[in-house]
Amino acid sequence: MADLLPEHPDFLWRNPEPKKSYDVIIVGGGGHGLATAYYLASKHGITNVAILERGWLAGGNMARNTTIIRSNYLWDESAAIYEHSLKLWEGLPEELEYDFLFSQRGVMNLAHTLQDVRESKRRVNANVLNGVDAEWLDPQQVKEVCPIINIGDDIRYPVMGATYQPRAGIAKHDHVAWAFARKCDEMGVDIIQNCEVTGFIKDGNRVTGVETSRGRINAGKVGLAVAGHSSVLADLAGFKLPIQSHPLQALVSELFEPVHPTVVMSNHVHVYVSQAHKGELVMGAGIDSYNGYGQRGAFHVVEEQLAAAVELFPIFARAHLLRTWGGIVDTTFDASPIVSDTPINELYVNCGWGTGGFKGTPASGYTFAHTIATGEAHPLNAPFALDRFETGHLIDEHGAAAVAH
Amino acid sequence: MLSIPCPECGPRDEIEFHYGGQAHIAYPEDPHALDDRGWAEYLFYRDNPKGLFAERWQHAAGCRKWFNALRNTWTYEFTATYRVGEPRPDIPAEELPSAATSPSSPTGGTL
Repeated sequence: MADLLPEHPDFLWRNPEPKKSYDVIIVGGGGHGLATAYYLASKHGITNVAILERGWLAGGNMARNTTIIRSNYLWDESAAIYEHSLKLWEGLPEELEYDFLFSQRGVMNLAHTLQDVRESKRRVNANVLNGVDAEWLDPQQVKEVCPIINIGDDIRYPVMGATYQPRAGIAKHDHVAWAFARKCDEMGVDIIQNCEVTGFIKDGNRVTGVETSRGRINAGKVGLAVAGHSSVLADLAGFKLPIQSHPLQALVSELFEPVHPTVVMSNHVHVYVSQAHKGELVMGAGIDSYNGYGQRGAFHVVEEQLAAAVELFPIFARAHLLRTWGGIVDTTFDASPIVSDTPINELYVNCGWGTGGFKGTPASGYTFAHTIATGEAHPLNAPFALDRFETGHLIDEHGAAAVAH
Repeated sequence: MLSIPCPECGPRDEIEFHYGGQAHIAYPEDPHALDDRGWAEYLFYRDNPKGLFAERWQHAAGCRKWFNALRNTWTYEFTATYRVGEPRPDIPAEELPSAATSPSSPTGGTL
């Protein structure tokens, strides 16, 4: 399958010197920042935009996620924004003129207990009511979709069925970033790497620019899309976020012939597995428990997810682990994102996507661009406002979102 | 895996412990006086520093006691652990490991 991959690109964007001033500055050159700039330029005609990236383009969580795309969320607000995201994904390869190997191979979320079965069926019904493709599979149907899975009763938590979303899938994450970056650049957006924001310039309660490692840059509006470092940037700007940053680990095996045709997630034994186009098995699980900014976690977390994977997929027992790594995820207390204005005028924040941000990339950018351009939330992200922690209108996807998010 | 110095049992492996988030969050003295913002802060807003952090741990597979720790969230290094009810140790800056103050990015890592 490796020969299906596009060639490594040459230079797809300029590396301009920062200008003195921009209409909009997006802090963070990951997927969400790039998508935001893309929609600001393409949907709202705002092209005097800079993306400021502390390291290199898409070198954070955009390069570290397990690339799963799905929209089978329980609550209406989540289903709406993630399904919109999936629909955008379906059009983006053509729109961005870049085949980033979006592969709608489906996702199965396994049920291992009677409670799992009840919750899964409830979620299937909720999904169908919200126009999200979803079905319930019994164990035999699970085996038909993914023949390598063990549906026997000889394991600690036998597979009792699964929800299935056929339109879900995976994409090649770095190519997604490059696709957005190329289009942003074509429309005049300045992508400025190695440019760390070190402070915010304010006039009263209104942000008017940022201090950076490459000097002061003025801005009409500023949007934060920095995931794990959101609290650090909010601190600099003078407000607080209900975010806790945690390490999240993932891993890949060596390359194999195609054996795994879909994406399998299990909340109960806690692992998610797909096979990348090149052939490596890609796995992830939950966060390391403690707050951390170190982009690394403990090996027992990796060991537990591998144990779960081998129980579900006995043929993985002889596979070699090639590489593990960690990213920093920005978790909220209701496991839902924050795409919102802030207590500072003209400063907007997009964070809290936690462990599930990759799938949300297009809708995150789409709604954040709308919020920045118009000063008002788009109907899709209005429920994801920062003030929901005061009003109590939480969107509690803990346990509801098909895997521990 | 972290080696965590339990104040009762000494250093033990991380798998014996349960994490409890930020330490020293007191129940509101007069809950009826709290407005919505006050409740939000009490329930949902926690510090999230990149650097030294006072946090709770429980030695779940050992003495089962909760205790507090000062740990660096960037290096993961424990500076101190102390029993519940004891005040947060005041560590002079010069006694902290060099990396324990809030780091800036050029020294390592990216977002």
